[in-house]
Amino acid sequence: MEESGYFDFSPIVNNIHESLAASFSPGWAMAIAWALIGITLILFAALSVIILVYVERKVAAFFQVRLGPMRVGPWGLLQTVADFIKLLMKEHITSRNADKFLFNLAPFIIVTAAFLGLGAIPFALGLHIFDINIGLFYITAVSSVGVLGILLGGWAGNNKYSLIGALRSGAQIVSYELSITLSLLAVVVLAGSLQLSEIIASQENGWWIFKGHISAWIAFVIFMIAGTAETNRGPFDLAEAESELTAGFHTEYSGIKFAMFFLAEYLSLFIIASVGATVFFGGWLPFHIGTWQAFNHIMDYIPPIVWFFGKVAGIIGIIMWFKWTFPRLRIDQLLILEWKYLLPINLFNLILVSFIALMGWYF
Amino acid sequence: MKAVAKYFSGIAHGLKTLLTGMKVTGYYFSHARKEIITQQYPENREELQMFERFRGIVEMPHDENNEHACTGCSACEVACPNGSIEILWQRVVDPETGKKKKIIDKHVYHYAMCTLCNLCIIACPTDAIVMGKTFEHAVYDRKQLTQILNKPGSKVRADVKD
Repeated sequence: MEESGYFDFSPIVNNIHESLAASFSPGWAMAIAWALIGITLILFAALSVIILVYVERKVAAFFQVRLGPMRVGPWGLLQTVADFIKLLMKEHITSRNADKFLFNLAPFIIVTAAFLGLGAIPFALGLHIFDINIGLFYITAVSSVGVLGILLGGWAGNNKYSLIGALRSGAQIVSYELSITLSLLAVVVLAGSLQLSEIIASQENGWWIFKGHISAWIAFVIFMIAGTAETNRGPFDLAEAESELTAGFHTEYSGIKFAMFFLAEYLSLFIIASVGATVFFGGWLPFHIGTWQAFNHIMDYIPPIVWFFGKVAGIIGIIMWFKWTFPRLRIDQLLILEWKYLLPINLFNLILVSFIALMGWYF
Repeated sequence: MKAVAKYFSGIAHGLKTLLTGMKVTGYYFSHARKEIITQQYPENREELQMFERFRGIVEMPHDENNEHACTGCSACEVACPNGSIEILWQRVVDPETGKKKKIIDKHVYHYAMCTLCNLCIIACPTDAIVMGKTFEHAVYDRKQLTQILNKPGSKVRADVKD
């Protein structure tokens, strides 16, 4: 892949690394590098969540034939900034009989889980915080840690609404974790690796959604359904279920702690969308059609980071489309959908894709 | 075998209905410019047009001769559930027949008590009162909420029968 003409971030990263190594001892250089990465991630997360909340509200409004936020700034662009400042200044209320330690711990667990997932995502060539050989496994593992924060938050608030919401969320994640992992496994079988950079490299001559044909399509549909459930978004937002449970697991939270749950929800949306983009749509790779040299060359001019964020935006758009179209499922419908439909189809698809990979019936 | 067919036709039906729903909302999203019905109120004050079925304040239309269609029959007063209409009438002698006749003196309307339920408009036998199409009804003094709907010096239109 070295000979390809894509914009590579690794010289910039190496420059920063070398200048740090020249002026500090190796330990300090490492520490400063990690601090820089952390600050960048936090800024990126805050910015992306502010943008995502604005986009979500606008998209919701357009689906419901409304205008959405229009008052703060042109086209309401500063609305979420104003909301965020409001949330920062609000009072922290802990209810009297709450388990104070767990109550304060839960938002941090859920945000930490979201940030851990962000670490393994390849944003562009060379812009990849850690490229471990089990990257996909790592992301699916840490993204399910978030449910611990939901369970703790629901339990510690000492509120029946939050407890019901939290337990629903527990049942949901236990079920849908299976589907999301098995659907990603379909592509892992084709790509032959769990390392995200190798999965991207295997799509150099075509994205898996095209190369893997029928089994990749089934896997993608299941991934979208299970991914929506995994991020606790509508129509699977039983953990929040405004109409039944006030606000579900975060009923008792206020101010910045509530904002942390919000942050984690949108970050996990971003992570799910970027995993989908990486695994099925070739990550930061440009769109190429077979041997159309001129077309492929034009596509190469668009930098990889734009490709990556474009694909992520597309998948986020579809997930938002789901949320604002479909009515919320009941808990029994949710479990029936998983155990009677998604899981058997997924297992069958895994056998199918193994057979296809074995016979070499993919492009 | 029947159960298997039902299983797969269930999946197909489910996917079809979901896609139908997404098509509807997708149409709204892609045609947002045309479809959005929200109006931004203080900005559009100049061109604000209320729709046909809008229920504003009760009004009594007068024509260019300062004549209205209200005979003072009190049907609206009886129909009003809140007592927000009071009809003050008087008896005059009809010059043609020489008989005594009831005519409207003042149609008093208390907007403060009105819930804009439209019952008085339905009750009116001569369509003398209508729901207005104005949007802004706030006043600075509650005395202004009590209005006399028939204009001073107005009289019943000649072709209106009791």
